[in-house]
Amino acid sequence: MPPIPLDKQQVLDLYFLEHRAKLLDLAAFLDRYDRAGGAGDFRIEVFREAVKILSEDAPERARRVQEAFSDHSIEPIPTAPGKGAVGAQPPAKSGGTPSDAETSDSNGRGAL
Amino acid sequence: MKYIDPHIHMVSRTTDDYHNMALAGCVAITEPAFWAGYDRSSPQGFYDYYRLLTETEPKRAAAYGINHHCWLCINPKEAEDPAFAREVIELIPEFLDKPGVLGVGEIGLNKNSKNELTILEEQIALAAKHNQLVLVHTPHLEDKLKGTKLIIDAIKRNGTIDPGRVLIDHVEEHTVDLVLSEGFWAGMTLYPDTKCTPQRAADIIEMCGTERLWINSAGDWGHSDPLAVPKCRLEMKRRGHTEETIDTISYHNPMKFLSQSGKFNAG
Repeated sequence: MPPIPLDKQQVLDLYFLEHRAKLLDLAAFLDRYDRAGGAGDFRIEVFREAVKILSEDAPERARRVQEAFSDHSIEPIPTAPGKGAVGAQPPAKSGGTPSDAETSDSNGRGAL
Repeated sequence: MKYIDPHIHMVSRTTDDYHNMALAGCVAITEPAFWAGYDRSSPQGFYDYYRLLTETEPKRAAAYGINHHCWLCINPKEAEDPAFAREVIELIPEFLDKPGVLGVGEIGLNKNSKNELTILEEQIALAAKHNQLVLVHTPHLEDKLKGTKLIIDAIKRNGTIDPGRVLIDHVEEHTVDLVLSEGFWAGMTLYPDTKCTPQRAADIIEMCGTERLWINSAGDWGHSDPLAVPKCRLEMKRRGHTEETIDTISYHNPMKFLSQSGKFNAG
């Protein structure tokens, strides 16, 4: 297995500014959402829960963020409701439905 | 340096892309059958698509010194109607012996429905009957974890296919161990917004190793990057990984898996 060849200082030197900018993007996205009108849907709550994982002092944050957005049911669904995925699994009782769930690009995003 | 992009949909790309890939060191590609962005209205539409993949696209690639190969199937996004899907599946054996056809793919699941699973099982059986390699598409985003588990179970239920002849694609942090621990090959797809970035793919290599793992661009008609593989090579290089490790993930591993077909040629 090829371990990461960089030490912590090198990781900071190589990636800090890039990920500082990405963190600001996350913050600005949440601010933008708060400023917008309307009700939104379940995805923002899943997103907020996933953000909490970033602050945990534990390994494999990326895997746990992926799992936070995932469908954990086991059985196949009766019929496909469309082709697209919206990025987060709705809770059993959802407050809203993404409006673009019926279309997708080849990449699985909810809207072209 | 030279590399292989083992999953890219060149029917959706331009000759400029072929040109740039060749300049970046691409020597061979494999192109799985996939969803064209719309549902084809008849099995004949698939027949024409298979001719495109087996006759036209290899000539386009060869003009840039790139060896083209393909995989054939009905993709899971068009598998919700089993009767229609079975008509398409009946067309596939005619093409399997053609030069450059490496196996059955990209079969898999999209929304994890019962009909998708039925057609997946029937195409696994098709691959087993004709002793073909298998390339598997795993679902997107929130559906990936569940779909990957259902796919692994379906292949194991069939019981006649060596996991070492199956590549399960589009793995990410939460699915890569599931795939590798069962003896399958795993593909990491490098996409701008979803799936893996070059940085996260390099992270996964550092955590999981290079055994039975490859990278691909899956470039297609959506927002995607046909130069994603060389960009991941660059990411690994700037971290200080050796040329041997970089070549293993982007050339030797795809060569090893694909050569099992007896038809793969990297030039």
